[in-house]
Amino acid sequence: MTGTVQQADYNFAYLDEQTKRMIRRALLKALAVPGYQVPFASREMPMPYGWGTGGVQVTASVLTPQDRLKVIDQGADDTTNAVSIRRFFEATAGVATTTRTAEATVIQTRHRIPETPLRDDQILVYQVPIPEPLRFLEPRESETRKMHALQEYGLMHVKLYEDIARHGHIATSYAYPVKVEGHYVMDPSPIPKFDNPKLSDCPAIQLFGAGREQRIYALPPHTKVVSLDFEDHPFEASRADHPCSLCGATDTYLDEVITDDAGGRMFICSDTDHCEARRARGHRGKDAA
Amino acid sequence: MTDTPLLSVVGLTRRYGAHLACGDVSFDLWPGEVMGIVGESGSGKTTLLRCIAGQLAPEAGRVMFDTRADGPRDVLRMSEPERRMLSRTDWAFVHQHARDGLRMGVSAGGNVGERLMAVGARNYATIRRSAEDWLTRVEIDPARIDDRPTTFSGGMQQRLQIARNLVTGPRLVFMDEPTGGLDVSVQARLLDLLRGLVRDMGLSAIIVTHDLAVVRLLADRLMVMKAGRVVEAGLTDQVLDDPQDAYTQLLVSSVLQV
Repeated sequence: MTGTVQQADYNFAYLDEQTKRMIRRALLKALAVPGYQVPFASREMPMPYGWGTGGVQVTASVLTPQDRLKVIDQGADDTTNAVSIRRFFEATAGVATTTRTAEATVIQTRHRIPETPLRDDQILVYQVPIPEPLRFLEPRESETRKMHALQEYGLMHVKLYEDIARHGHIATSYAYPVKVEGHYVMDPSPIPKFDNPKLSDCPAIQLFGAGREQRIYALPPHTKVVSLDFEDHPFEASRADHPCSLCGATDTYLDEVITDDAGGRMFICSDTDHCEARRARGHRGKDAA
Repeated sequence: MTDTPLLSVVGLTRRYGAHLACGDVSFDLWPGEVMGIVGESGSGKTTLLRCIAGQLAPEAGRVMFDTRADGPRDVLRMSEPERRMLSRTDWAFVHQHARDGLRMGVSAGGNVGERLMAVGARNYATIRRSAEDWLTRVEIDPARIDDRPTTFSGGMQQRLQIARNLVTGPRLVFMDEPTGGLDVSVQARLLDLLRGLVRDMGLSAIIVTHDLAVVRLLADRLMVMKAGRVVEAGLTDQVLDDPQDAYTQLLVSSVLQV
């Protein structure tokens, strides 16, 4: 596969074909067993761990020359992580890129799900730092694997119990554990719990790659994903109680931005593409210029 | 009493290489009975206990447990999910060191609630109420429910471990030196508490210890082990007051009288 704009020294999308084949096999297994963490032989990538090496390898394996790629970091298209990964694939795969969610066919994301609803011809790739939801509760990997296999998830609720005991409510606000199709408990990567409901019954394919931890897991389209909770403390998808200062949206996830050293702050949509599209349609918030 | 023993151990043998850790041990444990296993260090007491509790695989023998659903079944031939289910519902294991049996990073309430949540309790208020109830029963101030066990004294940690184990109402409790490492006054209080709980709940228990005072207080029956073999078994008072075997005689006579 050779594109005209790509750098000639690299195979399409950087990884060699055998590596992509290995990752695709892991992806197929992950899709067949939703929520199950499939080990894979993660490669050294030309970027540090924590910058999305897992997500990049998954994206490289699913990318075709016809794809249009979008990369977001905490919802934004213009932050370092997003820009460098987008440039990486522009250089090594020569694929078209976009910042518009609706136009993208592959979206690599760090810590957010786009506000615009996804379609069945799209793939969402998550960068995952720690794939094991039980990691900080049970340090032994041999034991956590058994717990997954036997569905011994009492410990996960101990974490939520501790939250309520200490804070009066479930204070876990990101990487909120979910149960997939009534079996595996999964860490949805550090997305805010506001995004958790979007995981369920999503028409797009959702792939999760953890490079350092060498694990891949996936949610096939229209998978049932339930956030864990207690009967008397039900799950709540929380957001900051403000409208967006720029576009006035009241149904999006907001970032709090400190504007001066006198307590000045504004709340703006974390999904920059969604916010810009709304402003282009004429929506205005209180601080819009 | 029923005519089926709660636990029936037949010909249990475990070696570490050429060394015999416990050889051909057989006994029956009846519902509501407390069995003590005593012997010097290295006599195979703990190995025996861990084999019975399914934590170690013995080379030979059977461990028949009278399950609630299916009657007597060989624990060693159960599938792992079944055995793990058993060990967090009908069984309990009290470790010598509370640190081995507790989650030190989780509050006292969370520790007690874990077994409840493991068997499907999903109502926070209910879990919390039983945690408070159990802390009271093991004489820990319920106001400390949100404190971590690291802030507890050794005796409190041990009592918390007992609460954590008994909260699901097990029928069989394994105890490995439950009073080891505690000073005598704390030991006495713990023994008193254990005796009360065992009698109130009608628990069956197997207590491994080298402390004869513990078995005198708690155990109905006694097994004396030496070098992996059972050298003497019988009613506790009978064995301790009229020891037949040379080793038992030595053991009984070595207890310091104050």
